[in-house]
Amino acid sequence: MSKKCTVPFSGTKEQESELRSALSLLKNKEGALMEALQTAQGIYGYLPKEVQEIVAEEFGVSLAEVYGVATFYSQFSLMPKGKYKIGVCLGTACYVKGSGDVLAQVEKLLGVSAGEVTPDGRFSIDATRCIGCCGLAPVMTVNDDVYGRITADGVAAILAKYKD
Amino acid sequence: MDVKKLEQIKARALKNMGPRAVETDYGKERTVLVCGGTGCTSGHSRKILEEFKRRVAEEKLDVKVIMTGCFGLCALGPIVVVYPEGAFYAQMTEDHVAEVVEEHLKKGNVVKHLLYKETVSEDGGIKPLGETNFYKKQHRVALRNCGRINPENIEEYIAFDGYKALAKALTEMSGEEVIGVIKASGLRGRGGAGFPTGLKWEFTKKAAGDKKFVACNADEGDPGAFMDRSVLEGDPHAVIEAMAIAAYAVGSDQGYVYVRAEYPIAVERLKIAIGQAREYGLLGKNILGTDFCFDIDIRLGAGAFVCGEETALMTSIEGKRGEPRPRPPFPANKGLFGKPTLLNNVETYANVAQIILNGADWFASMGTEKSKGTKVFALGGKIAHTGLVEVPMGTTLREIIYEIGGGIPDGKAFKAAQTGGPSGGCIPASLIDTKIDYDSLTAIGSMMGSGGLIVMNEDNCMVDIAKFFLEFTVDESCGKCTPCRIGTKRLLEMLTKVTEGKATEEDLDKMEELCHYIKANALCGLGQTAPNPVLSTLRYFRSEYEAHVKEKRCPAGVCKKLLRYEIDKEKCIGCTACARQCPVGAITGTLKNPHEIDQNKCIKCGACQEKCKFGAISKK
Repeated sequence: MSKKCTVPFSGTKEQESELRSALSLLKNKEGALMEALQTAQGIYGYLPKEVQEIVAEEFGVSLAEVYGVATFYSQFSLMPKGKYKIGVCLGTACYVKGSGDVLAQVEKLLGVSAGEVTPDGRFSIDATRCIGCCGLAPVMTVNDDVYGRITADGVAAILAKYKD
Repeated sequence: MDVKKLEQIKARALKNMGPRAVETDYGKERTVLVCGGTGCTSGHSRKILEEFKRRVAEEKLDVKVIMTGCFGLCALGPIVVVYPEGAFYAQMTEDHVAEVVEEHLKKGNVVKHLLYKETVSEDGGIKPLGETNFYKKQHRVALRNCGRINPENIEEYIAFDGYKALAKALTEMSGEEVIGVIKASGLRGRGGAGFPTGLKWEFTKKAAGDKKFVACNADEGDPGAFMDRSVLEGDPHAVIEAMAIAAYAVGSDQGYVYVRAEYPIAVERLKIAIGQAREYGLLGKNILGTDFCFDIDIRLGAGAFVCGEETALMTSIEGKRGEPRPRPPFPANKGLFGKPTLLNNVETYANVAQIILNGADWFASMGTEKSKGTKVFALGGKIAHTGLVEVPMGTTLREIIYEIGGGIPDGKAFKAAQTGGPSGGCIPASLIDTKIDYDSLTAIGSMMGSGGLIVMNEDNCMVDIAKFFLEFTVDESCGKCTPCRIGTKRLLEMLTKVTEGKATEEDLDKMEELCHYIKANALCGLGQTAPNPVLSTLRYFRSEYEAHVKEKRCPAGVCKKLLRYEIDKEKCIGCTACARQCPVGAITGTLKNPHEIDQNKCIKCGACQEKCKFGAISKK
């Protein structure tokens, strides 16, 4: 959580009105703060302070409470993700089959660590929990594409597919 | 909707099931089933499904193409099954579809070279799936509809007695009678701890309060476990029906399913199923023409392992930080929003309708003395048949690994099986004949857990595995109580010392002491069980820890800091490539003469080994 976000916030008016109208439907539902943050992350791709402030204002709770929830759950991100979101599964089944080496290779090739995004904003890396296709272990995902039974040597070829 | 209408739908739906309704004789209509579980979907089974549909439509064939839930044999996915032959096609691709359509669907010739090899008998005929090693010893109760029905069609669920148990409970039984049956069946919670389900229901029923909740724990966070996901993906109505039965029994009108957001397919199918149940009058007001009203809401998790703990889960449903709280009060008395709440796991619920329909004695006839029924396991790791299996309690680990699981690939030796995830322990080869049930696993220092079963071979280092789980718990500890927050962190530091060869024998004793301290003092189940992976590996693989500590050696060759890279003087031709590659100048030697690695300078990066074209550099 100590990683600083260096990308300036660039939310649009359209995004804000979309968020506010979604929140107006949720705010009277009991216990809907997580759902609100999930919606917000769906609109902005991440949860910068500016977005958390909108949620706090609409829900009538403190920013601290929103921040507390946003930082508790690993799916909420306070930093923007890359255009291509790489996930390397570190679930047990993948780990015993060498996904740790795969992650190291991805980090080495992109020059950033898990939880970070490349300076050009193209790739972000996440070490994910089990995504459930243990039959394909070890598994790596790029956005919605799933690559199974990969080795550290195969990483470069996969990354090469995401050039633009 | 009333009971009579439900029976009419069943009769109509059963006819539509064609050859899948094996106990009936509804003709030889050809049906193609394509697995739509997460494993097969990752292998592009959706494209295979579309390709079948497209070709069947194009050729105007009288063939049904249906997406189902998981067949269990994920290692061989994507899987396609064609009825009435029951031909089991494995590792299908889009390119194979044309051949199956042309040969099998049009001409009736099973395409044998694409079949799962074990289903082809020696004389070239097709063996029924139930006779293969993978399925022979399985007994499917919780998974009975997975791989059989289309989970997005409620009528297919109704065809196989779906919602009949709810109808029976509502019209023929009192709430107390329902609880009596569940108690008598001996069903215990499938989420891990194994608490008797009927008792939990009884406590919730007896709790004072006008408003009560029924919740389902589908926050399957144990890495490498996918039992609950497969049930939700393959048979979501089984969970909905059971929650309705539970709600009737304890007197609730509102249910919540808390499901991991990492399971998009399961969430989608559950949403569809809840929508259809409402449409058919099986959720909502006055269900099946009675006074009983009940509805279900889905709440998505957001990636916090601790939310699988019951009190944390409820706090999370309330939209807060998912921190656990001390018990008592137990959720049965004070749960969601402070009201009495019944919380069961997905697989527990998946057994309920069958128990109501077939009776407590039927269920209690399966399993061992104290653990009744069956258990679903997710087999993963170094095993041939990665996948989902359901076996009666009391099946031995050997049967699961060698007969059903097909053994360890590549001729390697079995070293240990890990059950219970980060809360469980490692079972060594010497205990492979243990009959698996709740109590036997606890007795040997592991636990049933939710059902993840990861197999490890000789290449896995047990200290590294313990460290892997500790890293997981340190990361997932919510930070509320000190023994877990700081204790697991210190424990991980000690383990790291071991893997780096810096630990002393005294450290091993200290580690053990700290483990017992954390177990005794942590607030919730996550912390109390966090030391289990360390304790069980210390118990059964102490010599491996000692090799790290005394000999500064990792016997499995996993712990990087303890590796030694060495140059074989016979194979080295002195090309100098490695010396030029070495980032720290640890390799010395002259052209055309064998080189040498200075172990004091070497940082074990492995760059030299990658560069060597002659295989002269090995790691030990």
